[in-house]
Amino acid sequence: MTAVAGIDLEIRAGEFFTMLGPSGSGKTTTLRMIAGFEDPTSGTIELAGVDVAGLPPYERAVNTVFQDYALFPHMTVADNVAYGLKVAKVDKAERARRRDEALAMVRLPGYGDRKPAELSGGQRQRVALARAIVNRPRVLLLDEPLGALDLKLREQMQTELKSIQGEVGITFVYVTHDQDEALTMSDRIAVFNDGRIEQVSTPEDLYEHPVNEFVADFVGVSNILERDGERFTVRPEKIEVLAPGATADGLVTERGRVAGIAYAGAVTRYTVTLDAGGSLQLVRQNVGEAPGAAPTAGAEVVVGWRPEHAARVSGATNKEEVAP
Amino acid sequence: MRLSKQAKIVLRCCVGLVLAFVYIPLLVIAVEAFNSSKILKWPPPGFTFSWFGKAFESESAREALITSIEAGVVAMLIAIILGTLISLAVGRRKFFGRETISFLVVLPIALPGIVTGVALSNTFTQVLGIPLSLMTVIIGHATFCIVVVYNNVVARLRRTSGSFEEASADLGADTWQTFRWVTWPSLRSALGAGALLAFALSFDEIIVTTFTIGAGEETLPIWIFRNLFRPKELPIVPAVAVILIILSIIPVYLAHRLSTDDGGLTPGRGAAARSTAAPAAIAEAEATAAH
Repeated sequence: MTAVAGIDLEIRAGEFFTMLGPSGSGKTTTLRMIAGFEDPTSGTIELAGVDVAGLPPYERAVNTVFQDYALFPHMTVADNVAYGLKVAKVDKAERARRRDEALAMVRLPGYGDRKPAELSGGQRQRVALARAIVNRPRVLLLDEPLGALDLKLREQMQTELKSIQGEVGITFVYVTHDQDEALTMSDRIAVFNDGRIEQVSTPEDLYEHPVNEFVADFVGVSNILERDGERFTVRPEKIEVLAPGATADGLVTERGRVAGIAYAGAVTRYTVTLDAGGSLQLVRQNVGEAPGAAPTAGAEVVVGWRPEHAARVSGATNKEEVAP
Repeated sequence: MRLSKQAKIVLRCCVGLVLAFVYIPLLVIAVEAFNSSKILKWPPPGFTFSWFGKAFESESAREALITSIEAGVVAMLIAIILGTLISLAVGRRKFFGRETISFLVVLPIALPGIVTGVALSNTFTQVLGIPLSLMTVIIGHATFCIVVVYNNVVARLRRTSGSFEEASADLGADTWQTFRWVTWPSLRSALGAGALLAFALSFDEIIVTTFTIGAGEETLPIWIFRNLFRPKELPIVPAVAVILIILSIIPVYLAHRLSTDDGGLTPGRGAAARSTAAPAAIAEAEATAAH
């Protein structure tokens, strides 16, 4: 069984790098290889220019925030956070100072005497973060650290993680299957699929110019059309519904029929089946237009988009392009 | 589960009856220990402490007690070392035949003692040419003592995820530091409970002991068994039995205390797993085999 099949990745010092992909795509395995919990069958893992493949986890200057936090249940929060310092034989006064500093950074000062069992999920998450950054690793690995939190807390922690990363200046390697999380937090994203990397780019480039159908679909909605032998994708918010008789004004237009409507508060999502084949999803802001102005189910509509917003995609995945 | 009033009453009566059947005979032997008559008869005609004094004076009873403690302690130590090592292998490593090993380790507790006893005795005397002695008793006891230690420790390991060890290694701790600061603290209460149960099992074992003990040596249960048929010693048997009961209750009670405290439990999952600390090794064996 191959979890990861030949990946080539360069993560820059100080960046917030995200490995995004569905479960089983190899992102966690890659993270575990960086941490040293799994050994690659071949290849190298360089950390600041030194090959660390084959070194045990305790000899690598990386620390991990685990998905289940893995806080030591028999130790207090303070002992958990100071664990790495104790192992590294940092002297007591310095240990206490850095421990308190880390607890303050994750906004848990005064929680040192509690046991992990007495904390909420969000607080445990912060302790796990403090325990990792207190060692000032070169790289901090985060394995779906927000996966167990509810939506509100998750969004709050996304912002906090990002600001803590800016504060400490450590390289963050972040694993998630949540595309919104990846887009919001990352400097660059690697999209994983089936043990391979589909695309590595900035959030904006990934979203605006997905290289293939998998990326287009995973980072957004697929919206793949094939016209004149060329396949391309258009993002839902880039598609307009034209009023009857309106001029196309430089837009690419297609006729179609509204097949589905989903109201989602701020926006409404429409699925339009096109006469020329295929279907598109599009969103319209609910800005309070007059009743009757919005398309209704079954209505004949003309949709249009700017030609530069159609991103050409090459194939379903780039599997065939990766050297074996 | 909701129960009707009648069902509750019936169930409570059943519990009462079962507990009565278990504990009233123990009470009977305890009363007999204070019986003033030279023969065991019911109801006892009078009250005396003298049998306890005589029991302590009886050299053979004292020696048997010491032999039993020796056997129990050494069998327990063997069980601690081997049981912990096996449980670490099975609970933390993946290897071919892991579940088979687990099953084979647990099996001896389900084997009839008489079979284990005869098998060991024949192997020692006929195959290996080792004369029966206290050492052969200890080896015999260790076969099932390992099981209780193994079961307790492996249950704890299965409950505490391996990610604690990973986290420790990730934070810079080598294998030994991880064991000392992370694995051991979360295991020690389970190990302690297993060890105490192992001692208790060894301390009152008679069947395997009968087949593996050397001539001229006696453990306390063997002493009791032999003296039941000697009219001269008969009256002190209940007194010795009471001592045996007390010495067996202490480790089991401590083991129970140890396994109910939360030494390294993951919160929320503790309650379900607590029952595994009781010597319900068979149920655990099935769970292990089915795993």
